Amino acid sequence: MDQLLYASEVFINGLMTGVMYSLVALGFVLIYKASGVFNYAQGVMALFAALTLVGIMNGQVPFAHLINAMFGTHLDKFGWTVPAVLAIVLTAGVMVLLAILIEKLVLKHLVGQEPIILFMATIGLAYFLEGLGDVMWGADIKTLDVGLPQGISDTVEQLTDSWFGYGFFIDRLDIWATIIAALLVTALVAFAQYTKQGRAMRAVADDHQAALSVGISLQFIWIMVWSIAGFVALVAGIMWGTKSGVQFSLSLIALKALPVLMLGGFTSIPGAIVGGLIIGVGEKMFEFWIGPMVGGATENWFAYVLALIFLVFRPQGLFGERIIERV
Amino acid sequence: MFYREAGDFKTSYRDDGQTFPIALDRWGYYAIVAVAALVVPFVINDYWASAILLPFLIYAIASIGLNILVGYAGQVSLGTGGFMAVGAYSVYKLMTAFPEISIIAHILLAGGMTALVGMAFGLPSLRIKGFYLAVATLAAQFFLVWLFNKVPWFYNNSASGQINAPERTVLGWAVTGPAATPAAKYLVCLAFVVFAAWIARNLTRGMFGRKWMAIRDMDIAAEIIGVNPLTAKLSAFGVSSFFVGIAGALLFAVYLGAAEVTEAFGINKSFLVLFMVIIGGLGSIFGSFAGAAFLVVLPVFLKNLLVGTFGWPTDLAAHFELMIVGALIIFFLIVEPHGLARLWRLVKEKLRLWPFPH
Repeated sequence: MDQLLYASEVFINGLMTGVMYSLVALGFVLIYKASGVFNYAQGVMALFAALTLVGIMNGQVPFAHLINAMFGTHLDKFGWTVPAVLAIVLTAGVMVLLAILIEKLVLKHLVGQEPIILFMATIGLAYFLEGLGDVMWGADIKTLDVGLPQGISDTVEQLTDSWFGYGFFIDRLDIWATIIAALLVTALVAFAQYTKQGRAMRAVADDHQAALSVGISLQFIWIMVWSIAGFVALVAGIMWGTKSGVQFSLSLIALKALPVLMLGGFTSIPGAIVGGLIIGVGEKMFEFWIGPMVGGATENWFAYVLALIFLVFRPQGLFGERIIERV
Repeated sequence: MFYREAGDFKTSYRDDGQTFPIALDRWGYYAIVAVAALVVPFVINDYWASAILLPFLIYAIASIGLNILVGYAGQVSLGTGGFMAVGAYSVYKLMTAFPEISIIAHILLAGGMTALVGMAFGLPSLRIKGFYLAVATLAAQFFLVWLFNKVPWFYNNSASGQINAPERTVLGWAVTGPAATPAAKYLVCLAFVVFAAWIARNLTRGMFGRKWMAIRDMDIAAEIIGVNPLTAKLSAFGVSSFFVGIAGALLFAVYLGAAEVTEAFGINKSFLVLFMVIIGGLGSIFGSFAGAAFLVVLPVFLKNLLVGTFGWPTDLAAHFELMIVGALIIFFLIVEPHGLARLWRLVKEKLRLWPFPH
């Protein structure tokens, strides 16, 4: 009985982790649907957004390290701190700017190339952004606190204690992440279904050329989609950054979104959510049952191997569109 | 003597099909091999060997291997780091288990071992393709690194979790361990590079290469005209992993001497080799060399320029390097998706017309 309760605690924690994966995966799906680009840089975008947010909040001078090295000055901070809400708005602005730059400098020149070329271009973009983030804000590990509650939730612990005689340890941050993710998904679905831009976005996703011929500006849609993806990256960056500090490993956690997508299907928003939950629960349960037998740390690869095995049987993922190939 | 075929009469099919049909190219190639084998070992010093020449030669083997898979067969792999680790750990186990057998045999066996592992992880390529496959090969990367980290048998239960190359000799010269001279290390790597390039060149222009390219260009059509996708894809994974495994074995045994798997064979290695292939040129043996040379020299050059000349701190220079490599990848994909090899081909086209272009 104890074992079962403990397992269900692991299960719930897995669900919460899964929500975080889904958050990153959402950004991938958005961009993939609208522009056919598989954006490897999504994870680094989350890192970059989190770095920028921390930098703005602490009033750091951007490129301080570089300027100091070039001119021998000793710049570090402006000496003010910016409230979290304002900093988030400013960071969102930076992400929009980034989206415009990516469209103008990279995507515009790669229209009509094979998907794999675009994919490799986003790997290049990931490297560039990683370097840029470090040059702009420094590479040291930063703590991020935008006022989200953290720590173990007492309410849940007491409640479950009174029900089962066993208190569940659940991080309050995870609960908040779930709520925020749910809100974000609802907002995105509403945006895609009920607004003019959302309809245009879906039209582009269906057929680039047909969308162009009815007068939809591809450039605008792409900038918009990359901005939204940047915003999703910002939210994911805030969540992960608050949880485990803003550091390079953030972009590796985001790599986990890839198997999530393969499970859920690249083209489906519900797929990203369900895939994230399956991966989150799966890797926690696997670590719990099998992990001790094989030396632990199975979380590093479980998601990938699961996706690999899954793909052999259903290449389009759970909710993906059927892949039809013609010669 | 002008750079063209005219006047160089071929009298047999063998002559006609040779790799360097132009006499000047042929002599240039012999000259480069001669200089590399007979002159460089006498002038080489520790800095040149460890900073540029050894990494260049070793990564050239790895990128030839990956180029066969990505450039010729069109199957994108992000698991190169993991496969290099298989090569490194196989050679370590063989070196410590059978010390009396030549290290050359061990390195070749390690390549064979990696080929088997590569083919196993290549099996999903029969069902999935494109970036689905790329992500699937990430499974190989993470799983293999984890395996070598967690199972003590692979590193002979050493307390640090590291593997250290014991001293082994070839013809009486130490090539691994602390006593090895730069020249000996260099010559071993050079021998493997020449071997790899020779095999790869002849495979890619023969039946196997044509099957791979048919699969790359359109796999369904290739299947219809009688290319068996099972053998074509798995042989591409096998041959590619064989070279990658040799590169991993050399990287560990000859170059690094000691290695820790997450650090030496992490996901960054996979990307590094992939970038070499992209920048050098997909589907070109020369491109593999060019890409490897470019990405080995670039950090050294940047470090000398930024740290040495401008006096910047090293961490800043390292971050700049990331930015420059990333930007270069995008630049190459936009401007010249066929990489440095294509530029080289253009130069040759121009040379063949020079000095009378009309």
